[in-house]
Amino acid sequence: MKEKGEMKKVKKVKDKVNDGQDDDPWWWLIQEGIRPSFLCISLFALLVRVAVGLHPYSGAGTPPKFGDYEAQRHWMEITLNLPPKDWYRNSSVNDLSYWGLDYPPLTAYQSYVHGVFLTTFDPDSVALFTSRGYESYLGKLLMRWTVLSSDVLIFFPAVLYFVLVYRSMRFGMGQNSDVAWHIAMILLNPCLILIDHGHFQYNCISLGLTIAAIAAALSQKDLVASMLYCLALNHKQMSAYFAPAFFGYLLGKCLRKKNPLLEVTKLVLMVMGTFAIVWWPYLQSKDAALAVLSRLAPFERGIYEDYVANFWCTSSVLVKWKKLYSTQSLRIFSLAATLITCLPSMVQQILAPSSKGFLYALLNSSFSFYLFSFQVHEKSILLPLLPLTLLALEESRSILWLTHFAMFSMFPLLHRDKLVLAYMALYALFILMYFAPCGPGGRCHGTKTLDNTQKTKRSVDFITSITFHPLVMGFLGLCSLILHVIYLTMHPPNKYPFLFEAVIMLICFSQFVLFTFYFNSKQWVLSKHLTSKDKQKKLI
Amino acid sequence: MMEMQESPRTPAVMAQLSWFFGIATIVKLLLIPSYHSTDLEVHRHWLAITHSLPLSQWYTDETSEWTLDYPPFFAYLERFLSMFAHLIDPQIVHLHHGLNYKANSAIYFQRMSVIVSDLFLLYGVYRSTLALASLKRNLIWLLVIWSPGLLIVDHLHFQYNGFLFGWLLLSLSFLAQGRDVMGGFLFAVLLCFKHLFAVAAPVYFVYLLRHYCRGGLVRGFARLSVMGAIVVAVFAAAYGPFVYHGQIQQVIRRMFPFGRGLCHAYWAPNFWVFYIMLDKGIAFLLRKFGFNIPAPVASFTGGLVGDASPFAILPRVTPLTTFIMVLLALSPCLFRTWKDPRPRLIFRLVAYAYTCGFLFGWHVHEKASLHFSIPLAIVAVESLEDAKHYFLLSIVSCYSLFPLLYEAQEYPIKVLLLLLHTILMWFSFSAQYSGSLRGDKKGGEKQGFEVGWVTKSYLIGVVVVEIWGQFLHPYLFGDKLPFVPLMLISMYCAIGILYSWIWQLKSILISS
Repeated sequence: MKEKGEMKKVKKVKDKVNDGQDDDPWWWLIQEGIRPSFLCISLFALLVRVAVGLHPYSGAGTPPKFGDYEAQRHWMEITLNLPPKDWYRNSSVNDLSYWGLDYPPLTAYQSYVHGVFLTTFDPDSVALFTSRGYESYLGKLLMRWTVLSSDVLIFFPAVLYFVLVYRSMRFGMGQNSDVAWHIAMILLNPCLILIDHGHFQYNCISLGLTIAAIAAALSQKDLVASMLYCLALNHKQMSAYFAPAFFGYLLGKCLRKKNPLLEVTKLVLMVMGTFAIVWWPYLQSKDAALAVLSRLAPFERGIYEDYVANFWCTSSVLVKWKKLYSTQSLRIFSLAATLITCLPSMVQQILAPSSKGFLYALLNSSFSFYLFSFQVHEKSILLPLLPLTLLALEESRSILWLTHFAMFSMFPLLHRDKLVLAYMALYALFILMYFAPCGPGGRCHGTKTLDNTQKTKRSVDFITSITFHPLVMGFLGLCSLILHVIYLTMHPPNKYPFLFEAVIMLICFSQFVLFTFYFNSKQWVLSKHLTSKDKQKKLI
Repeated sequence: MMEMQESPRTPAVMAQLSWFFGIATIVKLLLIPSYHSTDLEVHRHWLAITHSLPLSQWYTDETSEWTLDYPPFFAYLERFLSMFAHLIDPQIVHLHHGLNYKANSAIYFQRMSVIVSDLFLLYGVYRSTLALASLKRNLIWLLVIWSPGLLIVDHLHFQYNGFLFGWLLLSLSFLAQGRDVMGGFLFAVLLCFKHLFAVAAPVYFVYLLRHYCRGGLVRGFARLSVMGAIVVAVFAAAYGPFVYHGQIQQVIRRMFPFGRGLCHAYWAPNFWVFYIMLDKGIAFLLRKFGFNIPAPVASFTGGLVGDASPFAILPRVTPLTTFIMVLLALSPCLFRTWKDPRPRLIFRLVAYAYTCGFLFGWHVHEKASLHFSIPLAIVAVESLEDAKHYFLLSIVSCYSLFPLLYEAQEYPIKVLLLLLHTILMWFSFSAQYSGSLRGDKKGGEKQGFEVGWVTKSYLIGVVVVEIWGQFLHPYLFGDKLPFVPLMLISMYCAIGILYSWIWQLKSILISS
């Protein structure tokens, strides 16, 4: 087996030599396999992350509330100096109205560990009370390094795990250069880098855990997958965006096994066990657990914030949701809308769980949550983008287009953080990586279509023709380019101070909705195709 | 040998090269807010001088301590840039109000000017690699366009080396092609941008004399006159205006400030490091044996030395000594060139000249190691031995630049740059000399890219020196003896550069 592989490699090298090696400037790296390319790409990705870290963070030098950076630092201060019981409780030592901890316990533990790191090198930066609004050269550096180390320890290994699993899944399909391109697409996703290393957050941890969970699920390690996913969920409650897909896929697989009830019980026990361990300090009394839970669901903050490109915010141009309805009823509306929109993809996975379908289901359920759930941030677009990058080889056109709009939707936020230079550089980096010499990005705009859509092409045809119509794409691309320039150079009219944000939001929203339809139909077409294939197999 | 083949795939090659260049540009853009040295203020002040003063006062102005000390073409370049700077923010080019001006507009403008001027490097590399096979071409791009040393010096520390190396590579590529007039002309221009490049002038002179001015006495003399006229014309264009204003002596005085001492504040890893250490060692031993050795009046850590000798025992080194040493070191290579001037060797010859200048020169900066590591990159792909040598040299030369960035914020950046460079070199050279490839060409001769145990242990030593300097030394000694880690780096890298010098000399002499 191994010999055969080597033979192949040698043959490939020879071919390359004979072809004049002109096609691919990277063949010397990729011919060695995945690991060397992963090593190089991840080192480069790390370099880019460090360089982005040189730029300002959110709320730099803006008292009294500062921004996410101060929130994370404050959590380190709280977790380091107070016992776990007091972390989520308002008290004389913990003023919850000032960046109170509102993420699940795993974030709190992570803050504690990072707090220990900070206090060894710069005790002032996490001293109780006195460190509020603490900003210094060393403090910023140490904080940046905590994000970097989280990336290296969690996100990068998870991506490697996923890529290896994914490659074995599509055995014989992808070339090495495609795999390298895929790694670059995941690791150099500009939105994630900008939010984590520019704006300042720890999305790499929850997203990394999610990727690991996906990889485990794809390699049939369902118990590990459910544990990892629970950890992700316990790091950021936003990971619930993926819950329907995980639920559907894992349940669907259980139902097809010999003893479904036993399998489901195992999974349930695993989930409960993981939760119990993570929540242990708060399980001593009902009040403590409820106190944490109430912190995690900040319903008082309204159905949307700022100008996020989701349904509620966009439709509020026409319907003033906040004035017409109480928060209570809006909660029910949003819950219902989210569930209804993600139901189809979940049902599909329960009925016909498949690896590719699972990835599409992740995409669809996270888009439903982004568009319809309660209290969505601009940054939440990272969650739908994650499965999309995992699907980069299938959806190479969509990833270009959607990353563009994801970036665009975050532009006002990043502009506020003074990250415009990093934004432009990373956008250009993404485009360059996408069109890397001999990567699939350069090729995909040709005539080649996906093999499995040919049969059932007609049903997707309509949506595809709208989403990828060259005229529509050109027009929207031009619009967003002009809007970038206008946003940077002009002041909005006094009467409508948020005019530009609203226009950006409208454009992005329209694309997100269109793609939600597109991906949903893709997922169903996939299942039809698969079932017909199964039937054929049975007949044979 | 390296005949130009204008292949039909030229646009595709340019597109690929631009891709590599684009990636590098993005890293450069992201590095804009990083640490920059006082060189940024130096160049800003030169913008101000050239913009606000008439030409006759450029080299006499003493508003700031950062007086103009580059040759006239560079001053003209600053004048050209200052027109744009004035449009962006007039304060950048204000002679007095602009002093120590640290606004974003100034930093962004100057950083961008370096990034844009790197286009010359792009073209230089493009031209030098046009005739090569695509694998070799790609490797050279990796080594030059993504050179960590250039990134550190130009885009973190702040200088315009990429632009100057573009000129150098252009000139060399013309020479390698056999177009001597163009090569000589470009080198003359380069000299009027930065006179430090003049170390290679003897090599250029001998090479052009023997390669271009041949074919009988009459023809040779005619060609010599043509070349002479060109060089004189270039120098006239540069220095003419200053001669007209009666400033030429002042210009020369500014350009060659020999009052500066043998070594820079941070010792460049060259021969003189050993000389100083030997002096200190002997003095220490003699003191042990009871001799009364007075401590030298001047110290080396100060940078500016003045008249007093910094040596306790060994004879004092003067600029003339270093000049003779450089010429002596150069002489074997000059003889070789005299006997048999070959275009194929020109990259090596020039690189060797810069190595000599680096090792034995007066007041050498650590940045000058780029002068030979960049041209050598072009020939690093020629043979396995070259690859092995370059692998070591480029790591050492990049590592010796580490002390330039001493702040914590840039630490991960420089380490990652060097690491990425090392790994890319390793994989690319391994692929180039993997068994299967060679088997294709030379019939089963298997000889892979691997480094010997000496090189390996030397490179591990680099890691040890770095760990000592960064972690163990501050831990064990605290703030005491702060110069020891720097001295260690200088000495350790000097060993590598000395080895490289000998290796280069050997390779030039035995090449037939």
